[in-house]
Amino acid sequence: MSKRTLDIEVLRYDPEQDTEPHFMSYQVPCEEDWAILDALNYIKEELDTTLAFRWSCHMMVCGSCGMMVNGEPVLTCKTFVRDLPKDVRIEPLENFPIERDLVVVLDDVMEKLQMAKPYIIRKDPPPENEEFNQPRSALYKFKQYTMCVNCMCCYSACPQYALDSSFIGPAVLALAHRYNIDSRDQGKSERLDILADHDGVWNCSFVGACSEVCPKNVDPAAALQQMKIDGAKAYWLQKLPGGKS
Amino acid sequence: MSRNPYVRPVSPTTWYMRNGRYIKYMLREVTCLLVGFYSFFLICVLAILAGGSEERWLAFLASQQNAFWLAFHVIALLFYLVYMTFDWFQLAPKAMPLQVGEQKVPPAFIVAAHYVAWAVVTALVFLLAGVF
Ligand code: FES
Repeated sequence: MSKRTLDIEVLRYDPEQDTEPHFMSYQVPCEEDWAILDALNYIKEELDTTLAFRWSCHMMVCGSCGMMVNGEPVLTCKTFVRDLPKDVRIEPLENFPIERDLVVVLDDVMEKLQMAKPYIIRKDPPPENEEFNQPRSALYKFKQYTMCVNCMCCYSACPQYALDSSFIGPAVLALAHRYNIDSRDQGKSERLDILADHDGVWNCSFVGACSEVCPKNVDPAAALQQMKIDGAKAYWLQKLPGGKS
Repeated sequence: MSRNPYVRPVSPTTWYMRNGRYIKYMLREVTCLLVGFYSFFLICVLAILAGGSEERWLAFLASQQNAFWLAFHVIALLFYLVYMTFDWFQLAPKAMPLQVGEQKVPPAFIVAAHYVAWAVVTALVFLLAGVF
């Protein structure tokens, strides 16, 4: 296989020494079939062992290798060297604080994740001693949203989150929507009370960047618009005589 | 090891220059200025009509017969039809997805349905207005 040498600039930040991040350049002889993650591993193994970055599965499942490559938030295990120009710039995911080098602090999203109540909520007890059947048509309604690997590329792409981090954000809201439209779930009104609010779906102005960058084709922007409709419906239904508050 | 996370600054005034995607979004958003102005303009036109003076109405019509106002109407129409309508109809299948049985209704079908509904409503308005 032929090799191709890339000039890779990596944003480095050492929290114990640096006052701000700076770029370092590496020349990396890449194999034709490498992903950018392989190039990073080459740097760490052969050129500079101090480089910090996250990864685990190398197969688009764990969601931990999200970074900015030439300005776009991507999974680096899914971004191939052959599709990139010779000059490549790698930065940590935007809109998150940098812990060290390419590692970002995700605490904010982890906290918000709990607000979505991402589990099935039942008001009536589920059927006893028998399977809780769900027709395939009901599964297909939300299946797309189960594909999210929490890589947080969508948060990096979202200008709304960049400007106002109180926004709950795309992946968490899409996950809430996934449960809202699950035929076995009865917790929609509980979730909407929290999420159909200013910091929730109404902070989204439908830029749509989240869906454009999603490496798993989840389409969080669609989920958010649908939740806006659900939230508005619930609001007006409450206003009707006899409507529940 | 001590933690000292670094927060990258985001410019509140120039953030949308960061990439083409944001610029396109901002272009869509600034159309609201034109929409706002055109709505205001229409209200003024209605006020002239409601005033009942034929003389003022004819004077208004005459005032529109120049290059500036013609250009304004053409630009407003283009923005409405080509940009706003096209963009929003394009986004409609995201907000209103349809599924029949196990099959998702193709997004193009939902977009097309919006154009058909739009044509029908426009024809009705024209009919009511006595255009045909
Ligand atoms: S390493 Fe797991 S998604 Fe890329």
